[in-house]
Amino acid sequence: MELLLLLTVFVLAIFVGFEIITKVPPTLHTPLMSGSNAISGITIIGALLSAGSDHNQITTILGFLAVLFATLNVVGGFMVTNRMLEMFKKKD
Amino acid sequence: MNEILIPLAYLVASVLFIMGLKGLTHPKTAVRGNRLGATGMLIALVVTLFDQHVLTFEWIIAGLAVGALVGAILAAKIEMTAMPELVAMFNGFGGIASSLVAGAELVKFAGGGSIGAIPVAQFTIAAGTSGLIGMVTFTGSMIAFGKLRGLVSTGVVTYPGAQIVKILFALACLALIVMIVMDPGNIQNYWILMAAAAILGVLAVIPIGGADMPVVVALLNSYSGIAAAATGFVLNNTVLIIAGSLVGASGIILTMIMCKAMNRSLANVLFGTWGDSAQSSMPGADEIYEGRIKTTSAEEVAMMLDGASSVIIVPGYGLAVAQAQHTVRDLSNLLKANGTDVKYAIHPVAGRMPGHMNVLLAEADIPYDELVEMDVVNPAFQQCDVAIVLGANDVVNPVARDDPNSPIAGMPILDADKARTVVIVKRSLSPGFAGIPNPLFAADNTLMFFGDAKKNMLDLVAAIKDS
Repeated sequence: MELLLLLTVFVLAIFVGFEIITKVPPTLHTPLMSGSNAISGITIIGALLSAGSDHNQITTILGFLAVLFATLNVVGGFMVTNRMLEMFKKKD
Repeated sequence: MNEILIPLAYLVASVLFIMGLKGLTHPKTAVRGNRLGATGMLIALVVTLFDQHVLTFEWIIAGLAVGALVGAILAAKIEMTAMPELVAMFNGFGGIASSLVAGAELVKFAGGGSIGAIPVAQFTIAAGTSGLIGMVTFTGSMIAFGKLRGLVSTGVVTYPGAQIVKILFALACLALIVMIVMDPGNIQNYWILMAAAAILGVLAVIPIGGADMPVVVALLNSYSGIAAAATGFVLNNTVLIIAGSLVGASGIILTMIMCKAMNRSLANVLFGTWGDSAQSSMPGADEIYEGRIKTTSAEEVAMMLDGASSVIIVPGYGLAVAQAQHTVRDLSNLLKANGTDVKYAIHPVAGRMPGHMNVLLAEADIPYDELVEMDVVNPAFQQCDVAIVLGANDVVNPVARDDPNSPIAGMPILDADKARTVVIVKRSLSPGFAGIPNPLFAADNTLMFFGDAKKNMLDLVAAIKDS
């Protein structure tokens, strides 16, 4: 049952994604890509759980590397998207 | 208590991601949208630290600190022309992070750790999928990064039996996933899977030419989302699944848009090469250009623009390479002050990733409402007095429209040739990515303004000011 619920969420989220993303104008496709890229860094949550689990050395090392890569992805992605979008603001 | 609060916070984060992406549907709301997404991420991150499974913090803090510092520096320093490389790199990092998380979870499970209420099959299949897609995303993105930077050959790299080798590696990866599912205790299989998937990523991207990198980056963007969603199935975590599938959908849509703009199927981009066919029936460059090329000067163009009431500028990547964006803005400001209507015609593949040209022009303070998409701007060329083509080539090549035998036949183009006068700013008559001559350069209404885009624009601005 649990798996079915997760699959339901998965499929519905894909539809939501299609609906929203098709409305993004071509002008914003680059920020869309870098911004959605940052969102895919959500895997950082899993990385935190692995790095902090204190299970054994291997999981800690894998977790640490995952936290490092995912943080780069998240922080860099949102910041560079913000930098680009600020340029699209109308100058007064 | 946390068992309810943490999932609720994840729900809030998911909603913020969706609202954030929705914000990106308009330039006015986009900055706020991006911040909503970042807020969602921060909420998800903070509540996870309160999860009962997080026992130690030193490695978490170290990873967060180093990652945030390097990410922030890269984001602040990167030049806008290098944006495709940066996106490719970040993409790869997201992919490998998903693979590492799935690996860590498998190690825990093999060491007797609990995976909660989820079936073992779901856990192992998802972990294998995450390992495969995550590593393909990582090495594929690194090769794309190398190609965009010019560190790896940007050419179409092929060797005999390339497709078979790729298929064999893909099958080996699938076989390894099956082995992981059958025997999750044997963690060795997962490391071999990661290695095989890493090689597969390299093999998949290395044969693809530099001109096709935008499609590849968009597709890898989608993969990184799918890898995150697969990790969500490993961890039984809905926010990973939701965020991952949103990104997966986004990447697929952008991939389709880019393919359509080049009139090529995704399969053709990934497995075929451009210009395989029908090249022989094309007339040669000499035959087209011989005796038909008319050149012009800054003074002549300035005079022409003085009498023009409507001007369309067609920017290509050559403009960005020459760093001429700011000079072009000065030119268009001068023209507008003279009462001339100025528009920019943006082809979907004008830059090196979807929407790249818009970012490059926005950086030069060119208002986004002057940037007009292909379908909207094309009818306007017929009423346009002067079209200035700056560092673009294939996207204004009329053979795409007129010659069904050309390698770019059917590719949507900007109808710059319909303008009363076309001024082409270009260093030479050299062909673009498609490697074919452009009859527009030899057309009766075309004038070639040879030279560096920036220098020519500076000369033109000076000539207009003098007159």
